[in-house]
Amino acid sequence: MSPMAIELIYRGTLAFVVVNAVMGYGGLLSWLERKQSALMQNRIGANRASILGIRAIGLIHMLSDGIKMLTKEDWRPPGADRLLHTIAPLLSIGFAVLVFAAIPFGDRIPIQGMSGEWLNLRVCDIDLGLLAVFAILGMGVYGVVLAGLSSNNNFGLIGALRAGAQMISYEIALGISIMGIVLIFGTLDLQGITRAQGGTILGFLPNWGIFLQPVGFLIFMTAIFAESKRVPFDLPECESEIIGYSVEYSGMKFGLFLFADFVESLIGAVLCSILFFGGWQIPWVTPPADPTWGWALLSTLAFGIKVLFFTWLFMTIRWTFPRFRYDQLMDLCWKIMLPIALANLVITAIIVALIRAHGGA
Amino acid sequence: MPARTVTVTRRPLTLIERLYVGELLRGILITSKIFWVNLWRHSLHRVGLGKGKPAMATILYPEVKRPLPDRYRTRHRLMKLEDGTERCVACMMCETVCPAYCIEIVAEERTDGYTEKRPRSFVIDLGKCIYCGNCVEVCPCDAIRMDTKILEVSAESRDSMVYRKEDLLNWEELPDGSVVDLSHRASLRKPDTEEAAAK
Repeated sequence: MSPMAIELIYRGTLAFVVVNAVMGYGGLLSWLERKQSALMQNRIGANRASILGIRAIGLIHMLSDGIKMLTKEDWRPPGADRLLHTIAPLLSIGFAVLVFAAIPFGDRIPIQGMSGEWLNLRVCDIDLGLLAVFAILGMGVYGVVLAGLSSNNNFGLIGALRAGAQMISYEIALGISIMGIVLIFGTLDLQGITRAQGGTILGFLPNWGIFLQPVGFLIFMTAIFAESKRVPFDLPECESEIIGYSVEYSGMKFGLFLFADFVESLIGAVLCSILFFGGWQIPWVTPPADPTWGWALLSTLAFGIKVLFFTWLFMTIRWTFPRFRYDQLMDLCWKIMLPIALANLVITAIIVALIRAHGGA
Repeated sequence: MPARTVTVTRRPLTLIERLYVGELLRGILITSKIFWVNLWRHSLHRVGLGKGKPAMATILYPEVKRPLPDRYRTRHRLMKLEDGTERCVACMMCETVCPAYCIEIVAEERTDGYTEKRPRSFVIDLGKCIYCGNCVEVCPCDAIRMDTKILEVSAESRDSMVYRKEDLLNWEELPDGSVVDLSHRASLRKPDTEEAAAK
């Protein structure tokens, strides 16, 4: 077989695995959301659905949810735009899943007969991975805005406007907050950023972004949380009052919006662990120069544990804090986070320039 | 009464509190502590340990029922004489006092020597009843009580929420004092016989 064909097979397999892992994890998040919120509030959570009496601590509810959403009436309001109303949820989930094409979830593995000889454990080797991620992430707002605009409903429209304003505002803070990381590691390649986070600083701390850019991490986490439209920032949705952009959706189309929210919070967890917690790097372990399959699995496992932790943290945040008012939301972004992010960027740039000028690392 | 103004002095926030991050962290610590404690206790319960410390405040309702207070007002029952006939004398006091107008009594002459009157039909529309207990309070001969501890009064139609004399009399008291409903919704099975007989 030609090297091209071999690479295609491996990449195809990777893409298949990643899409299924993301979808499965997104489904698991609905279970985690119910159970974790229940435990945090001294409740027990959804536990009634069962197959032959097996309840499997509420996991069956994922199945029953799927069946319910697929069998519900797929309703389109009169006056709604047929095309846009149909493709809006697909855009929302599609862009969310597409982000994972650029996410490295492990070290490289050796492949015989391939042109590059090494296969990075990610679907697609994009040198400007970070830019690609944010570009695709930014497209996600289209799904939300189109959903609100096309459903011929004023509440939907309000939700869509809120979503548009919120997501575009926070994208600015989001983009600036990670520029510090990009400056320090000198690359936009997510695999390169991960690789640069190996080793230690001062001899005992892992060389992770959180220790180099603590302020950047806080701003990034807040902004990525706002991007995922979950509770402290759920102004576009406002379940309790306006129901937001998804008000005219039912069945699986609504399910896709819900799912896109889960996948977006998963994106948040993934980006936090890659940019600030070393991605697949295991702390205090130097990755081998020519990694084996075992090491690749180990690094993927380390990455999974970090993502799991951030998923848990995001769920905790979502069930701990009350929602912002809309003016507070905008104040937080434009008056607090943006200036701090800019100051952080400038200070980082000066320090990096000074260190480089003196021939440091 | 003159208006009274209460001045609440609020402590100004310290700088650390106004920075917000620390307070957010404190909130996360509180909720995550509850989470991990409950997770630990649930795990212990799974292997049969530490049952003394509950991991949740939830009562798993259909399987586990909360014990009701003694004077809790629940579905009505009509009291019986020794021979099992109704104690009610059809004085209409409950029908008069009922704020929801849910009781409807048709009286007739009683010929078996106990009293002079008795209800030919005694109908309570539980769809209208507000469970205020006034009928019990006002009854001069303790003929109606709301102590059956039956809470699950539900039906698929308004007609089946109407309980007739037969249903309300059809109970049995166990030795421990609890009341068992024997009617099994008799009115559901033959909805119109009572009214037909009454007419």
